[in-house]
Amino acid sequence: MSGGLRNQIGQLARRSVLRTLRQPAQIVPAIVFPMFLLAVNAGGLKDATNLPGFPTDSYLTFILAVPFVQGALFSVMNSGTDLARDIETGFLNRLALTPLRGAALLSGLLAGSLVLGLVQAVVYLTVGLIAGAELAAGAAGALVLVALSVTITVAFGTIGLFAALRFGSGEAVQGLFPVFFVFLFLSAMALPLDLLTTDWFHAIASVNPVTYLLEAIRSLLIEGWELDQLALGFAIAAAIGTIGMAAASSALKTRLVRT
Amino acid sequence: MSNGSQRGGGIEVEALVREFKNGPRAVDGIDLEVAQGEIYGFLGPNGAGKSTTVLMLTTLLPPTAGSARVGGFDVVAEGPQVRATIGAALQEAALDPLLTGREHMRLQTALHGLGKSEREERGGELLERVGLDYAADRKVGGYSGGMKRRLDLALALAHRPRILFLDEPTTGLDIQSRTALWEEVSRLAAEDGVTVFLTTQYLEEADALANRVGIIDHGHLVAEGTPAELKAEIGRPTVEAVPREEGERERMRAVLGRFGEQAGSSPRGVAVRLEGGESQLAEVVRALDAEQIAIEHLQLHAPSLDDVFLAKTGRSLEGAGEPESGETEAVAPA
Repeated sequence: MSGGLRNQIGQLARRSVLRTLRQPAQIVPAIVFPMFLLAVNAGGLKDATNLPGFPTDSYLTFILAVPFVQGALFSVMNSGTDLARDIETGFLNRLALTPLRGAALLSGLLAGSLVLGLVQAVVYLTVGLIAGAELAAGAAGALVLVALSVTITVAFGTIGLFAALRFGSGEAVQGLFPVFFVFLFLSAMALPLDLLTTDWFHAIASVNPVTYLLEAIRSLLIEGWELDQLALGFAIAAAIGTIGMAAASSALKTRLVRT
Repeated sequence: MSNGSQRGGGIEVEALVREFKNGPRAVDGIDLEVAQGEIYGFLGPNGAGKSTTVLMLTTLLPPTAGSARVGGFDVVAEGPQVRATIGAALQEAALDPLLTGREHMRLQTALHGLGKSEREERGGELLERVGLDYAADRKVGGYSGGMKRRLDLALALAHRPRILFLDEPTTGLDIQSRTALWEEVSRLAAEDGVTVFLTTQYLEEADALANRVGIIDHGHLVAEGTPAELKAEIGRPTVEAVPREEGERERMRAVLGRFGEQAGSSPRGVAVRLEGGESQLAEVVRALDAEQIAIEHLQLHAPSLDDVFLAKTGRSLEGAGEPESGETEAVAPA
């Protein structure tokens, strides 16, 4: 990576992080809402652990994987809304008049998602452990869990960037949020995949990438080091990020029609 | 196009056209030249094609046809070189409300490749120059409209451009902020030799600031010259009279009608463009006196750029605007 590109990414990353930290309205819901749902689910569905084949006797530990993915969904909104605002206000045109490279813009914008993802992951894990959840993979597992969570958050952030560049409006980006929530609900969110006995639900959940992201996180919480599940989780997050970044790059070329 | 100004600080435009899908030609074959160090006022109502022209000249919108060289570089084939040569403050100050003025300067100077120590120095210098050093560490969201415009100007100057594009820089500003910006723009051209291409819908702005003015309407350049030349071309001052008795207004209109065509006036008055120039003023007074029409108020107006616009387009610049749908499309392609 050239010094110029690194400098551009650094400057835009700094801006993205500053923007994120200066908008409590972005950070607070992304932390509080998943924690609230965690409390509701952990309290209301704890009898699910009595089902034969349920992998743990702590439903809190099982459901703790969900906030990490829920939190990542906020990244779609936050990264996308920020970029959409830049388009709407003309800030993107200001950037376009500098020697800025597209890769620097997109990478820099994702820095805000990265910081948000990091804060979220640390808070979710800390709250979960204080509430009595287990972490079978130990301290090293905590680091990997945070890394996986940040990777998922950044990967989802690329989808927000694509939506902003494609549609150019914050409202359109926000409209994606319920769609992504449907993906979450149609996954192995509340029960392990094996225990989803309704055929159509099982079929959808088994092809839903969110299921495997949840299973990768759960593997660290419940089982310890299940390398296959972890690798699959990281691979899916990387694939989402790669596809999202490619789509965002293409949309950026269309959006930035500078000669 | 001449080669003389290649790699210079001027602008040369030839038969420039921009068409939008399912829309009219926003810019329809304009030719113009701006010399280095000149302030060129691009005057026209909303929707005339001013902003579309600026977007093309700043490389943010490819022309449909024609050619343009900015600073000696072709806007289509040499976009990066054009961008390195120009600074631009486009319509509506595009600032991040969550960043401070100093952070904006830091970002802009860094993206233009200035070294770290130079960034701080240049940023501080420009903030001081536009009178924002006292607010440099405040978030821009709390700035007034005038402060935002001044910061916008400072950002456009971050990399010491030879050519500056200002798209309606004073729209919405109070007269004090407007005057301050005019002074800074004049200084840039006079002392630093910066070429300024300024779009405006304010007649007094073009009149006060521009060395030369181009008037654009419906995508066509309808007049070009110094403000003095353009007014001299029209050459007819306007006389406006207000009768002491309201009921005498029609008789006054008839008398004044002998001296020229009617012009816009105050609600109680009658105005005509004097076909014979200022020297007819005495005759006007004598004619009104002969008809025993008492005058409450009589005033001679020198020709204005609005008169020029009226003469060239048949409409007054005031209220001649149209929605700028095409220009919106230009900056936000789907």
